[in-house]
Amino acid sequence: MKLSLVAEILEATFLCGEDRPDIEIDKAGGSDLMSDVLAALSDHSVLLTGLTNIQAVKTAVISGVAVIVFVRDKKPSPDIVALAEKHGIPLLSTPCSMFLACGRLYNAGLTGLKGTR
Amino acid sequence: MSSLKKCFNIRSRDFIHAGEASITVQQLLKQMRIDSALIRRIAVCGYEGEMNVVMHGGDGRFCIEINTERIVLDISDEGAGIPDIARAMEKGYSTASDAHREMGFGAGMGLPNMEKNADEMFIESVPGCGTKVRMIFFNRST
Repeated sequence: MKLSLVAEILEATFLCGEDRPDIEIDKAGGSDLMSDVLAALSDHSVLLTGLTNIQAVKTAVISGVAVIVFVRDKKPSPDIVALAEKHGIPLLSTPCSMFLACGRLYNAGLTGLKGTR
Repeated sequence: MSSLKKCFNIRSRDFIHAGEASITVQQLLKQMRIDSALIRRIAVCGYEGEMNVVMHGGDGRFCIEINTERIVLDISDEGAGIPDIARAMEKGYSTASDAHREMGFGAGMGLPNMEKNADEMFIESVPGCGTKVRMIFFNRST
């Protein structure tokens, strides 16, 4: 699934990375606990989180997360957006809750981080 | 490949710079064309180790030595130490504060993640003096 479709499904707005709508996403994970993200194989995944601090972006860089979507309209500070841009990780913000965002992406065909449904 | 060693200082409670050593090493290993799955394992171990030092340790040190056959990651600190290492290795066990949890850490998965991703891991800790963690990764692609 292309990132542009993820954005459409979640009614999300781009905070950065809107020039890369064709990134392919095949799995998703929802967590505010970064060690849970680090424990999974997160390559080519979208991370749904309510955590807007700098560690969310660093965890994505380390673990190979392709895109971060902040739930409940949360938005990180400009320095965190700049760090994500530096590492080529698009950031989006959705009005959906974590539950709703996960449900919509699951319904659209994405798997969990372990590739199962 | 001749041996290459890099070291970084880690500052206690410096959440802003926490993770920079691991990201720098991750980029270095990519430039060296190390296997991507191996890079991910090393980066995860380094990052979890860095966060442990920032949250629980005093100031610390992060050193990586890269050889043809193996990569050794040493993370040490001068912090409070771990009174019960076996307990600390249990998934979900954590002594993190609420402030750590607000940062997204303190799930009790740090040391288990490190053990899972390293080929070998050794921990030495003396309560009141600090902790040393050595992780070894075998470069099987060579």
